[in-house]
Amino acid sequence: MNLLSPDPGLVFWTGLTFIILLYVLSKYAWRPILHAIRVREHTIKYALAAAERSQQEAESMEKLKKKTLAEAALERDRLIAEARDLKSTIIDDAKKSAQKEADKIIESTRQMLKKEKDDVLKQMKEQVAILSVDIAGKLLEQELKTTVKQKELINKYLEEMSFN
Amino acid sequence: MVKSFRILLVSVFIWVSGTILFAEEHEGKAAEEQQFDALGMIMHHISDSHFWHVIAFEKKDGSVFEISIPLPVILIYDGSIHLFLSSAFHHGKSVVQKGNHFFKLHHDKIYVTDAAGELTFSEDGTPENIKPLDFSITKNVASMWMSVLIIFALFVSSARKYKGKPSAPSGIQSFVEPLILFVRDDIVIEQIGEEKADRFMPFLLTVFFFVWINNLIGLIPFFPGGSNVSGNIAFTFTLALFAFILINVNGTKTYWKDIFATPGVPGMVRIILIPIEVVGIFTKPFALMIRLFANITAGHIVILSLTSLVFILKTVYVSPVSMSLTLFMFLLELLVGLLQAYIFTLLSALFIGMAVHNEEH
Repeated sequence: MNLLSPDPGLVFWTGLTFIILLYVLSKYAWRPILHAIRVREHTIKYALAAAERSQQEAESMEKLKKKTLAEAALERDRLIAEARDLKSTIIDDAKKSAQKEADKIIESTRQMLKKEKDDVLKQMKEQVAILSVDIAGKLLEQELKTTVKQKELINKYLEEMSFN
Repeated sequence: MVKSFRILLVSVFIWVSGTILFAEEHEGKAAEEQQFDALGMIMHHISDSHFWHVIAFEKKDGSVFEISIPLPVILIYDGSIHLFLSSAFHHGKSVVQKGNHFFKLHHDKIYVTDAAGELTFSEDGTPENIKPLDFSITKNVASMWMSVLIIFALFVSSARKYKGKPSAPSGIQSFVEPLILFVRDDIVIEQIGEEKADRFMPFLLTVFFFVWINNLIGLIPFFPGGSNVSGNIAFTFTLALFAFILINVNGTKTYWKDIFATPGVPGMVRIILIPIEVVGIFTKPFALMIRLFANITAGHIVILSLTSLVFILKTVYVSPVSMSLTLFMFLLELLVGLLQAYIFTLLSALFIGMAVHNEEH
C-alpha cells in the first residue's frame, strides 16, 4: 500500500497547476469579482441611506404641509369669525346711529313744533288781548266809559284763561 | 442562520466520519471471504494510473474489449528525460526501451529493468527495482487539469459579467456569488479579520473551489470523472504545503513568540513546551492533508465496496440493497465533497488567522 506516500510527480504537477490556477484566478476572477461586489455593496448601502434620507425629508415635508394647512384653516376660521363680528358691529352701529339721528330729528322737530306752537299761542294771546281790549274798548266806548282800571281787569281775566 | 448551518455541517462531518470507519471495517471482512478481488479493484480505482480508463468488458469469445486513453509518460532517469505514450507498455506486458534503459510498468508504477523486463520482488511482493523519477501526466493530473478548465470556465466567465455598472447578479453569477460570499464572509473575514483578510482571499477561494470541484469530479462514476484526485495524498500534501508556507511566512512576532517564548510560562516548562509547539507547526497542515485524503478516499472506498457487494455475494438479489446504499452514499459524498472543501478552507483560514494575529494577550 503506497496510498500514504506522496508521489513526487503528482506533487510537482499539483503544485504547478495550483500556482497557475491561483495566479489566473486572482487576476481574472477573484480581483474583479470581489471588487465589483464591494462596489455594489457600497452602492447599495449609499442608495439605501439616500432613500431613507429622502423618505425622511418627504415625511417632514408632509408634516410641514399638514401643519401649514391646519394653520391656514385656523386663520381662515378666525378671519371669518372676525368678519362676522365686524359685520354685526357695523350693522349695530349703523342701527344705533340711525336711531340716534332719527331721535334727534324727531326731538328737534318736536321742539321746533313746540316753539312754533308757543309763538303762535303767544301771538294769539297778544292778538286776543289786543282784540279783547279792542272789543272791550269798543264795548266800553259804546256802553261804558273807558278806564285804565277796566283794561287791567280784562287782561287779568284773559290771563287766567287756559288755552291748553 | 449561518451559524446553525455551520453547526449542522460540523455535526454531519463527525457523524459521517463514524459511518465511514464502520463501513470500512465491514468491507474488509467481506472482501477477505470472497474470491472476487474487491480490494484489488478498489485499490486500482482509488490509485493513480498511466491510463485514462473509459470502458472495458468481456466479449463472448472471452477477449476483453477495452477503451482507455493512453497518457504521456515523462521519466527522468540517469540525467535524461524520456518521453513516450503509456500505450507503449501494453498494460505492463511490454518493456519500453529508451536509449540504454528499459522500463516496465507494474501495478501502475514504472520500474527500471533489464531488456527482458525482469523484476525482482522482495518478500512482501513489491518490486525492488529502481524507480525512475516519474513526472508523467497521469490520470490524476489530466483530471486535475480538467477541473482547472471547469473552474476557469466558471469563474473567468462570471467575472466578465461583473464589468460595468453594479447590477443584480444573473445567470451563472447567481450560482457563483453566494459561494464566493460564503467563503469571503464566513470563512476568511471571520477567521482572519477584516483588515488582513484581503491578502489571503485569493488563496483560500482558490483552495475551496479547487478542492470542491475535484471532489465532485471524483464522484462522477464514469469517464471523464471518477478519478481520486482530491483523495490522493500527493494532492492534499501539496495544498497543505502551500497552507504551511502561507501560515509560517506570514507569522507575526506574536505567533513566533507563542512558540519559542510562550508568555507566562517558567523557563523549565518552556524547554518541554518548545518541542511540542514546534511539532504543532507541522501537525496543523499535516492534519489538513490527512483529513482531506482520508475522507475522500474513504468515500470512494465505501461506494466501491457497496457496489462490489453484488459481485462478492454473487447474487443479483442483493442489488436493491447495494444500489440504494450506494445511492445514499453518493448523496452523502456530494455533501462530504462540499464539507471537506469547507473544512479544509476553514482550517487553513483559522491557522492563518492564528499566525497573523498581532495582539498582546
